[in-house]
Amino acid sequence: MDEIVLMKNIKKRFPGVLANDGIDFYANKGEIVSLLGENGAGKTTLMKILYGLYTKDSGEIFIKGKKVEINSPKDAINLGIGMVHQHFTLVNPFTVTENIILGLSSNRFIINIETSKEKIKEYMKKYEIFVDPDAKISELSVGEKQKVEILKILYRDIDILILDEPTAVLTPQEVKELFKTLKILKEEGKTIIFISHKLYEVLEISDRIIVLRNGKVSGERDPKKTNRRELAALMVGKEVFDVISLTPSEQKDVILDLKEITALSYRGHIALKNINLNVKGGEIVGLAGVSGNGQKELEEIISGIRKPLKGKIFFKNIDITHTTPKERINLGIGRIPEDRMDLGLILDLPVFENLVVECYDKNPFSGKLFLNYPKIESYSKKLIEEFDIRTPNLIVKTKTLSGGNLQKCILARILSMNPEFILAAQPTRGLDVGATEFIHKKLLEVRDKGGGVLLISEDLDEILNLSDRILVIYNGEIMGELKRGELTREDIGLMMTGTKKEDLHATT
Amino acid sequence: MPLPKFRLEKRESVPNWFRMALPFIAIGISFIFSSIIILFAGKNPVTSIYSIFYGALGTRLGLMETLVKATPLILTGIAVSFAFTGKFWNIGAEGQLYAGALAATWAGISNFNIPSFLYIILLLVVGFIAGGLWALIPGYLKAKLKVDDVVTTLLMNYIILYLVTAILEGPWRDPVTMWPQSIMISPNAEFPKLLQKSRVHFGLIVGLLVVFLVYIIIKHTKLGFNIRAIGANPNASNFLGINVTKTIIITSLISGGIAGLAGVGEVAGLHYHLTENISPGYGYTGIVIAMLGGLNPIGVLFASFFFAIIITGAQYMSRATGVTSFIADVIQGITLLVLLAMLILYEYRIRRVE
Repeated sequence: MDEIVLMKNIKKRFPGVLANDGIDFYANKGEIVSLLGENGAGKTTLMKILYGLYTKDSGEIFIKGKKVEINSPKDAINLGIGMVHQHFTLVNPFTVTENIILGLSSNRFIINIETSKEKIKEYMKKYEIFVDPDAKISELSVGEKQKVEILKILYRDIDILILDEPTAVLTPQEVKELFKTLKILKEEGKTIIFISHKLYEVLEISDRIIVLRNGKVSGERDPKKTNRRELAALMVGKEVFDVISLTPSEQKDVILDLKEITALSYRGHIALKNINLNVKGGEIVGLAGVSGNGQKELEEIISGIRKPLKGKIFFKNIDITHTTPKERINLGIGRIPEDRMDLGLILDLPVFENLVVECYDKNPFSGKLFLNYPKIESYSKKLIEEFDIRTPNLIVKTKTLSGGNLQKCILARILSMNPEFILAAQPTRGLDVGATEFIHKKLLEVRDKGGGVLLISEDLDEILNLSDRILVIYNGEIMGELKRGELTREDIGLMMTGTKKEDLHATT
Repeated sequence: MPLPKFRLEKRESVPNWFRMALPFIAIGISFIFSSIIILFAGKNPVTSIYSIFYGALGTRLGLMETLVKATPLILTGIAVSFAFTGKFWNIGAEGQLYAGALAATWAGISNFNIPSFLYIILLLVVGFIAGGLWALIPGYLKAKLKVDDVVTTLLMNYIILYLVTAILEGPWRDPVTMWPQSIMISPNAEFPKLLQKSRVHFGLIVGLLVVFLVYIIIKHTKLGFNIRAIGANPNASNFLGINVTKTIIITSLISGGIAGLAGVGEVAGLHYHLTENISPGYGYTGIVIAMLGGLNPIGVLFASFFFAIIITGAQYMSRATGVTSFIADVIQGITLLVLLAMLILYEYRIRRVE
């Protein structure tokens, strides 16, 4: 019996939801266990209980065979449990070394950075995780930041590592590196709990997979004896089909046309260089790329909240370069922003107001001064039904909804205004299989009805599945354009990391 | 037995009863702290606090004075609350009150030959405009240049206070008494009294009307929707097509205008002339009222009456028990501090750890 972690009959209730409904979970020494499940299945809650961030309502936890009460992350760390969160907890202006030793109880009034650095270097060698110990966090890539988080945990002599959706922010290359690291850690006898909803990854890395659904364990599988279809069924309770066959698109006129757009990032660097891009009616154009290569700025430029330095934007041959977001909405541009929590919705307003926040000022929702609440409410009710938005009522604050339902709110609001063009930035990031499928279906409907869609996504499968044409962006430049089915994932991966399309054959 | 351990845990949502109870808990705690101070003064806190309420509510005279004090407080409270709803941090209601009072005095001493009701409306209009313009300057600076509104609205208070002093010491000095105060306004411009043998005046009606109007604006108009949206998330509001710049400017104008009306009421309803200390800090108390009222117009109404009670009652208590009436300021200050500290409980709840 090597059960290093044993959780018995864990229950945790939040207002309105039973997040963990009697979950039994265990992990052995030196194994990688995956916790698989949709958003809201209870994976993160369970692990936050183990890490002492939430207090369980009932149930028992045993670590190394001993019954324990974990009331804070400090307790967890003392028991040898560490967690890497989706959102990193690093201090940007500090160096890697400083971040790793930050908060250690062995720190004295005077800290000897050099000794710590030597010790950190030993850890780096042992686990083959290399980051410049003198680099400032703000200079690091997302993948490197994650390495620092892992080093931070290892430095505290942790045996049990919890990784919450660690690959969500990584490039395919970085994922490979992470997996290599995880395998080394496993060989060193560490236990890894890997939270994810990505089937490919879970199958690749795990020794054992535990699937959660609606706060309960819906199955436990050996990755060698299962397949994606079965796991997906355990996750969502139904068969998921992920290969969409597109009807041939009817080529229409250009709707959105970006001409020689150059733009700065919020930090003042050149983020987009001479971008030429157009979207026609009846097509989905996918923009693939590793995040941070100008997608955010492109999204902002098309949304109307950032002005380009040079270049022009045309919408149906009208120059909209200097128009406001409102004017663009009124012209028929629907925008699904990457940051749905902080841009796409006003989380502190009730659900029904968010459903009309882009059109409340129009007939019949308001007159010259006053809002027509009965109209707004009946309209919102209709959208909630039509888009199957799960909310207890119309007036709860929008922030109480789950990620998938938040995105459905945005989609419902935009689609109900019948836009001719949709900018969809990372429309399914962090969403479960069901919600993702729903959103893909809706975007395809727009396309089939003759609208244009620009799909900005880091998820290559999503791009490959949905796009009629694919553009690859790297370092603020378009690396090339591909037709549907023209190239392989690997080719696009190369372009995403800086190879121009015409140079692809030279790299083999 | 070991002491029980507690910890803060993030809340998913705040129950409504808790939202309602929080101001009362804050008031209760501030009374406890105030009692300690009264004890230091060698007096009995129970009788002292009782005499505050008795003085403010127990006699007709007291009750009338409470209503008189509530009049400017309702207006400054709702002015601040309106601004805070749209994240315009208006700390300048005090100055806007003086701007309104200054303009109303100007109109009042100009002796226009117009009927009384028109004269009163004129006073209200010029007072609103003056207060509004005084707040518009920081509003515009915030909206267009992102200048910090807390700093500008606060500093604008000192500018107008010294301006009022300069005018009262100079051109407007009462030529008869030579006091630094204006001459009396035209009797035609005076607000009517509402109740016999009391100082309760028409300003109270103005206050209640404004509370009602603000409620309607916030809840039922497009402008109110914009203000609430910006208050909740200015970035998202901008992205979603709401004209943030314009809305902030309008918010500042209306908020300052309402605070200006408080000044009009003090001049035309109570003193009939302008003095340097026409407000003992009603604008600042308005901030406490807005917070205690939870930025809700009805809550603001209750909170203004509460502070009117404290201010009026403290004077009675001072005569009755000998505890200084400054205890009213202490209660105000502690209530705000306790309330601000307790606002964390909107986000977190206390859980006992076994």
